[in-house]
Amino acid sequence: MKVGLFIPCYVDQFYPGAAIATLQLLEKLGVDVTYPPNQTCCGQPMANSGFEHLTGSCNDLFIKNFAGFDYIVAPSGSCVLHIKEHLHGDADPQATINHKVYELTEFLTDVLKVKSLQAKFPHKVGMHQSCHGQRGLHLSQMTELVAPEYSKPGSLLNMVEGIELIPLNRKDECCGFGGTFCVAEEAVSVKMGKDRVADHLEHGAEYITGVDMSCLMHMEGILNRQGSKVKVLHIAEILNAG
Amino acid sequence: MESGVKDHAELAAIFNKDENRVDWHDETLWWVRQKRDKMAHGLPGWEALREAASQIKDNVLSNLSEYLQQFETNAQANGIIVHWAADAKEHNEIVLELLLKNGIRKMVKSKSMLTEECHLNEYLEQQGIDVIDSDLGERIVQLAKEPPSHIVLPCIHKKKEEIGDLFHIHLGTPAGNADPQLLTEAARHHLREVFLTRKAALTGVNFAVAETGEFVVCTNEGNADMGAHLADIHIASMGIEKIIPERKHLGVFLRLLARSATGQPITTYSSHFVKPREGQQLHIIIVDNGRSIQLGREDFRNSLKCIRCGACMNTCPVYRRSGGHSYHTAIAGPIGAILAPNLDMEKYADLPFASTLCGSCSNVCPVKIDIHQQLYKWRQVIVQKGYTTTAKKASMKLMAFTLSSPAAYHTGGKVGRWVLKHAPFAVNNKFNPWFKQRDMPEPPEQSFGEWYNENRKK
Amino acid sequence: MSSRDKILSAVAANQPRLSLLPDLDILKGGDINVVEKFTEVLTAIGGKVINIARLDEVTAYIEMNTAAGQRVVNLLSEPLGMRAALTDIKDLPHTLNNIELAVLHADMGIAENGAIWLNENRLGQRVTPFICQHLVVILDKSNIVPTMHHAYEKIGDEKYGFATFIAGPSKTADIEQSLVLGAHGSRSMTVFLRDI
Repeated sequence: MKVGLFIPCYVDQFYPGAAIATLQLLEKLGVDVTYPPNQTCCGQPMANSGFEHLTGSCNDLFIKNFAGFDYIVAPSGSCVLHIKEHLHGDADPQATINHKVYELTEFLTDVLKVKSLQAKFPHKVGMHQSCHGQRGLHLSQMTELVAPEYSKPGSLLNMVEGIELIPLNRKDECCGFGGTFCVAEEAVSVKMGKDRVADHLEHGAEYITGVDMSCLMHMEGILNRQGSKVKVLHIAEILNAG
Repeated sequence: MESGVKDHAELAAIFNKDENRVDWHDETLWWVRQKRDKMAHGLPGWEALREAASQIKDNVLSNLSEYLQQFETNAQANGIIVHWAADAKEHNEIVLELLLKNGIRKMVKSKSMLTEECHLNEYLEQQGIDVIDSDLGERIVQLAKEPPSHIVLPCIHKKKEEIGDLFHIHLGTPAGNADPQLLTEAARHHLREVFLTRKAALTGVNFAVAETGEFVVCTNEGNADMGAHLADIHIASMGIEKIIPERKHLGVFLRLLARSATGQPITTYSSHFVKPREGQQLHIIIVDNGRSIQLGREDFRNSLKCIRCGACMNTCPVYRRSGGHSYHTAIAGPIGAILAPNLDMEKYADLPFASTLCGSCSNVCPVKIDIHQQLYKWRQVIVQKGYTTTAKKASMKLMAFTLSSPAAYHTGGKVGRWVLKHAPFAVNNKFNPWFKQRDMPEPPEQSFGEWYNENRKK
Repeated sequence: MSSRDKILSAVAANQPRLSLLPDLDILKGGDINVVEKFTEVLTAIGGKVINIARLDEVTAYIEMNTAAGQRVVNLLSEPLGMRAALTDIKDLPHTLNNIELAVLHADMGIAENGAIWLNENRLGQRVTPFICQHLVVILDKSNIVPTMHHAYEKIGDEKYGFATFIAGPSKTADIEQSLVLGAHGSRSMTVFLRDI
């Protein structure tokens, strides 16, 4: 099994720790994983802003980088959803890319079928459900639907020794990042982020985690501005901890 | 947006100046969302019911011309007079003509979002017709000279103290009294007088049955019935999409509507109008106003399945924190944001962007409209039609160029981290909307790509 | 071209390929205790449910809950004592504004939502159940059905000029979501359930 590691552009630039943890975690689990060096971005920032028509060469580059792998794994629900739903290019007429791309926790659960982890993280942790991972990739059940409970990232976190997952008042409300929404609709975006953060703080979180660094970056920005000691960590960093 | 007209972001920013009020608005609507959840989770087969409703509405859209004619024939056989209006203007003119022909200058109106869409009240007022809205929430916003901010809860943006002040001025309630019980009682007396004296009543239509030519109007207050059963003329305005095939299909929609809207098992009143009362005239105005165009837009036609429950607004984290008026259109929230661009793409170009695409709206929708997918698709259409600012276009093109070119990306990354410069959370100054209320991520020593080169490259 | 023809031709041109209607039978659900459910739901939405063996109990209720001189309208086929003699209300609907209490017979109740079904032939005037201050309904337990699907099955092609489902008293929560009973219609709804 050859796995290509896709690291979203902003993770590469701002949160290399999340990318390193993802790589190390996959290696620990015995996966043959490679990071193709010429990757940039999935094109979502443009597409979500209404410029999907400009993403053609971005798509082709992505396909060129990853066409040779059995699976593509990325530590981001949002980028993976974009690739699944919107990435199509001349280089991949059968759209095979869309079917072999996985968000990290989805890959660990559905492909590797991980049942236990050698990880230790003795802290109170709030799990943020990033919308694209949850409602787009169905990583966890959604509170709007009348359907059985499950959570792929939640189950994995529960395999970590010492972790205490805190409850939330609104367990799957959007944090307000929303790509360019975070600046185009600054007031609402920040208010949504403040409300999410407050929910985690109210329940005593020491760390806020999730499958998308973008949501976490937004909440981190708010936490830091508030002078809070609470930290954000990508889920890979907790699953790889200790 | 052209200058002078405020877009959603600007209006939402104004709304957010009073954070306590935003919290109150958010909590109030979240409570309604929770009531909806309780109902949905308590009803066996909820998801199957949504699926059935969705399929019925799909069938309606696929056979609408036939159903409309069937409805017309059956309604006429029942003694209903059927009118057709191609647009808002024609609808308003038909209403005016019906009133004038019967020498009526005062009308009572129950809730009809269609008449809001057509700006009927303003039109009739200009023609010297007095219109009183009889739904309590609509009466409140009418007294405040504001449009409704929510399709089911028209004055959800108003605090009871403000309503108390309005009622003190207009209805003579004691100054400073904001007790909902007392205010509702005052409205009951005021509006009963209205019901008893108006010779014309206009209502909306929730569902119109092709098979029988009847239509159903749902209220909790009983205001549609009080108006219609006391007036000489009952005018019902409906969009062409309100048709359902058979009477038995009402069962599906009446089970879903109030549960989705307010978390009630059914509205207090679900009235089925078939024939005019003896001596009464019963008119139906069937209105297109852009709906047949939307029907032709493959990506957006599903928006016509909407039954106006408002669940998407109550669940929308953006709506709850920006208020209905920030959408500057008759129907606010996620559903409004996919309906409005069909009517005027330039004026409402901002609305599909007033969303994080979180997808909660699509999940609560009782007829399974793919609302968030349509928001995404409207963004593409709006940009391609050129209804976006040139600045945004230029920066997007640059981003597209850079991100499709590894050399440019990596050079940029090395010198000053290109993304750091061009990403929204880039520049550390007060003009940068990211930085206004959020800190920026601390730049790491090296990017992952650089780390990988040092640590893993064979 | 008339607006009618313009609209119909635009719709015909733009509507998608015909799709099928779903089967509704699967939505009916399993067996439930309809009387229990009806009582629970109607009570929860502000209505009152009283089990009775004989109509005399309704007479007693009316005499307890109205004062002499108040207008009581009885639209059943039998009188309920002195205060609720049978009344003819065929004149102008506006004259019904002073009804304190109206007694009606309902042909059906729906367990899942606490609603009752009223065909206009039970109402005297269409406005009666809306304009009265208090609404009293007589319903036979055997006429309670589980869901709205069963209700429409029972209604079938019943003929009426007007008919309505009523579930509880008139209500509003338009002011800050505070629930107030007695918006424009009846302030209360009391259903007397008969063992028939």
